[in-house]
Amino acid sequence: MELIQANNITKIYTRGSEKIHALNNASFSVNKGDIVCVIGQSGSGKTTLVNVLGCLDNPSSGSLTIDGKEVFKTGLSLSESELTHVRRRFFGYVFQKFFLIPTLTVKENILLPAVFQKKYKANEENLDPIMEMLDIAKRKEHLPSQLSGGEMQRVAIARALINNPSVLIADEPTGNLDSKRSGEIKDLIVNLNKEHGITVILVTHNTDLAKIGNRTLELTDGVLRQ
Amino acid sequence: MNIFQVSYKNLLRRRLRTMFTIIGIMLSAWVLVTLLGFNKGYENSLNENIENMGFQVVLTAKGCPYEAATLMLKGGTGLRYMPENMVKDVAGKPEIANAAPMLMHAVFDPNKGESGGTTVFLGVDPNTYPSMKPYLKFNNEKGAWFSDKAKEVVLGFEAAELEQREVGDLMMLPGSEDEYTVTGVLSRTGTQDDGMIFLPLKTAQSAFKKEGELTMLGMRLNQDVDASAFEEELYKLPDVQVVSMAQVKNTIMSLVSSAKVIVLSIAFIAFLIAMFGVLNTVLMSVFERYQEIGILKSMGALPKDIFKMILIETTLLCSIGGVLGILFSFLFSGISEMAIRYFLPFAPQGALIAIDTKTVIFSFISITAIGIIGGVYPSLRAANIRPLDSIRSE
Ligand SMILES: Nc1ncnc2c1ncn2[C@@H]1O[C@H](COP(=O)(O)OP(=O)(O)OP(=O)(O)O)[C@@H](O)[C@H]1O
Ligand SMILES: [Mg+2]
Repeated sequence: MELIQANNITKIYTRGSEKIHALNNASFSVNKGDIVCVIGQSGSGKTTLVNVLGCLDNPSSGSLTIDGKEVFKTGLSLSESELTHVRRRFFGYVFQKFFLIPTLTVKENILLPAVFQKKYKANEENLDPIMEMLDIAKRKEHLPSQLSGGEMQRVAIARALINNPSVLIADEPTGNLDSKRSGEIKDLIVNLNKEHGITVILVTHNTDLAKIGNRTLELTDGVLRQ
Repeated sequence: MNIFQVSYKNLLRRRLRTMFTIIGIMLSAWVLVTLLGFNKGYENSLNENIENMGFQVVLTAKGCPYEAATLMLKGGTGLRYMPENMVKDVAGKPEIANAAPMLMHAVFDPNKGESGGTTVFLGVDPNTYPSMKPYLKFNNEKGAWFSDKAKEVVLGFEAAELEQREVGDLMMLPGSEDEYTVTGVLSRTGTQDDGMIFLPLKTAQSAFKKEGELTMLGMRLNQDVDASAFEEELYKLPDVQVVSMAQVKNTIMSLVSSAKVIVLSIAFIAFLIAMFGVLNTVLMSVFERYQEIGILKSMGALPKDIFKMILIETTLLCSIGGVLGILFSFLFSGISEMAIRYFLPFAPQGALIAIDTKTVIFSFISITAIGIIGGVYPSLRAANIRPLDSIRSE
């Protein structure tokens, strides 16, 4: 079943008088339960692509449908609040940098996305199982500065999962980690997909990690090849 | 967990900066409460002081100094007299509740103090004068007013110290061989009465050879008498001057009003400083957290959630500062009062700063409101940060 449908997505950045075609007429779809790996050289447009898919950014043209609802089409772009509602419903994000809030404990960082939701109580119940699954329960009262890189990334993943997203978007989640930690994150993602049915869109340079995908999108200078 | 906790924890991130901002707000609140309290307290005390003078209107001979202080400066000269029978007519008028005739006499004594000094005597009628000044109390509750025509005196607190006399002692008046008995020593009042030696009017008139003459007539009017109309009427009498306490009060209040303008400008500046302090602090903390706020947005925070979060931080800063400032103004009202006394042309007795619940509530609300206004712009800036800005700013 199609969860995300992208048609002729183009993204043009303007830097002064120069126009950069970061994405050129990209069309593809993502099914429920997929692990889609996005690969390509640096600057090929991977981040641009997943930001558009994750509704963090508007495309310059093209259309995007999520779960049957049209969120973008040429000439229409949603307001920041409307985009936020789409993000809340469908997505959890993990970035190469962990972006944990330094003043909050592990537990509080993970709960943070739930604070902005109406159903805080229901989501709060996810906390213990998620921390258990990611093996960070012992760390819940610690501050981010007291954690290792791998732990920080697991906290970031836990935070992305607290609101039960349908899709996990991970942009180079292992970029800051050594191979052992990368392996742990890889197993974790596979497990999330298999056991919890979470659809994953994964950007990576890591060839080992790229193998877990059941589909691969390769980008070359903004042009997509499936 | 809730947004409130997130905001609160953020304030702890830069403790020093948070502390300085709170101190800034605290100082503004302190200044504000103190100044508003002063605005109230000064007028209250002034009214009370004037009430304590006992007389609403004083009638004297034209050109006669009616204050003991002026008399002392002039070395006891310059007194003028009015005939007692003229005053009898005035005292009988229906507008008057009580009238106290007085004869003041000043003697320069070259042996007094280092360079000589003036002793001021006041002949008063024991039936009218004490009842006009109910705040006159006898020291240690010993003593009583003299009776009419007796050779007796009552000493003001400082006069008693200077003459070194107690109740029951005898003393002599200058230029006379007669002995007078001290029947009472008054408690300190803080008014010119402290330096006076009181004696019965009739006795004074004969001792100072001023039979049938008065220097002053102090009056209290009946409740609903039109004071200014009555004063006009008094002016029709020949060779008198009329001093009304309402006039005195107006004069003092207009002197003070220029001081008040300065005071209110200071309060206004304190307000602005508080507001820009908050604006600066909150804006800086928003810029520092650009990335973090963007991430919160990507996690589903709406612009209004972020706005709320930053405004809660601002409100916390302001209300803590406000409460501390109010506490300060209570703790240090003594010091503030000393400073105000130092700067003012005339400060009445009693509390100059009257801080009541209304002042406290008004100050707290306005300081918090001003702070929140300062926080609106940074909050808007924060609310409009896009998630992409932070993810890209690597
Ligand atoms: N905000 C922007 N303004 C202008 N140009 C941009 C902006 N963001 C990205 N670009 C350009 O768009 C192109 C695609 O960038 P993008 O970040 O999507 O690449 P990427 O494949 O994620 O690269 P990397 O592997 O290094 O992360 C690059 O040439 C980049 O310089
Ligand atoms: Mg990238």
